[in-house]
Amino acid sequence: MSKHTFSIGGVHPHDNKISRECPITPLPIAPTVYISVAQHIGAPSVPCVAVGDKVKVGQVIAEPGGFVGAFIHSSVSGTVKSIAPRADLAGRATTHIEIAVEGDEWADGIDTTDTLVTTIPEDPKAIVEKIKLGGVVGLGGATFPTHVKLSPPPGSKCERVIINGCECEPYLTSDFRTLLEKGEQVVVGAALLKKAMGDVPCTIAIEENKPEAIAHIQDVIAKLGYQGIEVMVMKMMYPQGGEKQLIDAVMHRQVGSGALPISVGAVVQNVATALAVYDAVQKNKPIVDNSVTVTGECFPKQANLLVRVGTPLRYILDYLGGVPEEAAKIISGGPMMGRAVANLDAATVKGTGALLLLTEKQTKRAPATQCIRCGKCADACPMGLEPFLLNKLSKAADWDACEANAAQDCIECGCCLYSCPAHIPLLDNIRVGKGFVLSAIRARAKK
Amino acid sequence: MNKLLVSPSPHIHSKDSTKSLMLDVVIALVPAIICSVVFYGWQELLVLGVSVASCVLLEWAITKYMLKKPSTVGDLSAVITGILLALNVPYTTPWWVVFIGAVVAIGVAKMTFGGIGQNIWNPALVGRVFLLVSFPTYMTTWSKPAGLFGVDAVSGPTPLGTIQEGLMQGSSVQELTSAYNYKDLLFANLGGSAGEVCALALLAGFVYLCCRKVIKPWITLSIFATVALTSLIFWGINPDRFTDPLFNLLTGGLILGACFMATDYVTSPMSLWGGVMFGVGIGFLTMMIRYFGSYPEGVSFAILIMNSVVPLLNMWFKQKKFGRK
Repeated sequence: MSKHTFSIGGVHPHDNKISRECPITPLPIAPTVYISVAQHIGAPSVPCVAVGDKVKVGQVIAEPGGFVGAFIHSSVSGTVKSIAPRADLAGRATTHIEIAVEGDEWADGIDTTDTLVTTIPEDPKAIVEKIKLGGVVGLGGATFPTHVKLSPPPGSKCERVIINGCECEPYLTSDFRTLLEKGEQVVVGAALLKKAMGDVPCTIAIEENKPEAIAHIQDVIAKLGYQGIEVMVMKMMYPQGGEKQLIDAVMHRQVGSGALPISVGAVVQNVATALAVYDAVQKNKPIVDNSVTVTGECFPKQANLLVRVGTPLRYILDYLGGVPEEAAKIISGGPMMGRAVANLDAATVKGTGALLLLTEKQTKRAPATQCIRCGKCADACPMGLEPFLLNKLSKAADWDACEANAAQDCIECGCCLYSCPAHIPLLDNIRVGKGFVLSAIRARAKK
Repeated sequence: MNKLLVSPSPHIHSKDSTKSLMLDVVIALVPAIICSVVFYGWQELLVLGVSVASCVLLEWAITKYMLKKPSTVGDLSAVITGILLALNVPYTTPWWVVFIGAVVAIGVAKMTFGGIGQNIWNPALVGRVFLLVSFPTYMTTWSKPAGLFGVDAVSGPTPLGTIQEGLMQGSSVQELTSAYNYKDLLFANLGGSAGEVCALALLAGFVYLCCRKVIKPWITLSIFATVALTSLIFWGINPDRFTDPLFNLLTGGLILGACFMATDYVTSPMSLWGGVMFGVGIGFLTMMIRYFGSYPEGVSFAILIMNSVVPLLNMWFKQKKFGRK
């Protein structure tokens, strides 16, 4: 079978999938959860419960704050204790709804059985509406509200739905386990997304380092008998799962600068999102939990846990035996694009896919030395940019030149900094330039 | 766990460092070093020792006493300059001439511009060319290799020098090249600077660097292809006046220059097409100097000339950006 990949750049970090044999197991519910109202890209949601209210699992507790917004549901049953600012993963104060847990009582109308529902509703609009009601957001990292992505602007047409099962970040295995354990649900979710976009073809893209998942999903597609859904085997290459890179690899089309995937006829959804779509449409079950890989060489207990949204990180780590002494950095997400956690009392959000514990030796940056003009950063950049140049332009605060050299196209994948032999903090500086360029572009658009 | 480290992504780094890349280049040069010491004996070892030691010491002294900055000798780039300079001069060169070469290479060509990464021209080549124009006697009295245990070496001009002189005296190329066979050229049986003598050892180092992904082969292959093509055309037109492609590929410092000097990160273009054009320029200029210039050998000059236009090549030949015309 031929293997596909994107056309420019990329790096090969060791994949370190040490938690790949750990089945997804439910984490006992924490005594108190803290549910953020800003769990997605777009306007924060508006709480619709009051302190003292009794809530059930799956009950709406916050409503969308705008068109690009999402419903937020209670992940537990209990009493609302407070609605107040609290430090999130990065330490920023965000409004959280604190709920003291009492039992585990689900809201009416939610099907909590394991029965597989394979009948696809006829009306695409009804599917999108149910996805919206289920509070589904992109779980691959960007947490963009899914129903917005599924409502293409007038004039654009979807030609292919791509289910992203690359999981190209090292260490992460929750998508892999989901494909193995919930393969049927993911494939039905893919069929629902395909139907919602007008019965276009659908590709499930999986990297070659997950042969069991590839074989299993192929079997499931054959068994369920859906037409127009195929598995595509991808080469192991980071950042294969980047939206623009994946579209390039699957459809050989490049999304232009500042454009949306739909401009080339693509809609990309992550494996975990496909599962959430299945739950929302077929079972009326909103996002109340998600699978989280907890891993790291210094961590004795690898795990893939099904975690209720709003669970404090410390509760998860304590359940697995606490944070080892050698752990110096805890990352929410993968080692290439994840965020370093500043605050273990922070609670998980819908998009929390992993907690990675790294030792100081694994993660400490070496001091930067002089650029030797080797060009490794330019070779690695999947957007075809020149990181060494953008680094200099950003440091010189020359935002016009940053824009002319496409700093705004940077996807912050980290390939440049990863490969720089002089350990120059390329991406740190480019982010600054990108920020200035993007605000300049927005300011021009307003005029 | 005491305190959590917090920093922006990415949180891991590849194993590459400037030092590890430079160490790979040193390793790639080991076959050529062994080869030249075996063929030229202890005098070559002296040249190598003096060259490497002076380059490293000079860089250390300049960073410490003149620039007052942390020393950069740990990155091993000065070691490479030292080895390349030594491989670019005859083994009979007196130690003080080698030392002057090192002063020019490190002091003038490298540190004046700010040290590693900042120089415009390849330091070892600047040193070599300085010696060539300042001490032509030492630099052009080549000796046929006598071997590690040999007693007396036979002095004589290099193959390219012989051809140049012979042509001036009216002999034809066929008569002149009949004295050499390609096996000798490949297996180090001819006079020349140390680095010219064993083509196979140098090519082995080049293959190692490509396999380790330290360098990409485009620049080197482009030089070889251009030299072969240019000489094929001239030789095809007049075989009495011009030497043939294989002879040109195997003589002079071409292999050393193409594999180790033209591929220097600092002084070569970054993009694929920039590198190819860089190689085309070096190959063509080399052949023009060899055929029409007053020096028998042109690789050093060709590389230095092309080093000067690297910023232009970097500007003209950029990789296509994703999703842009």
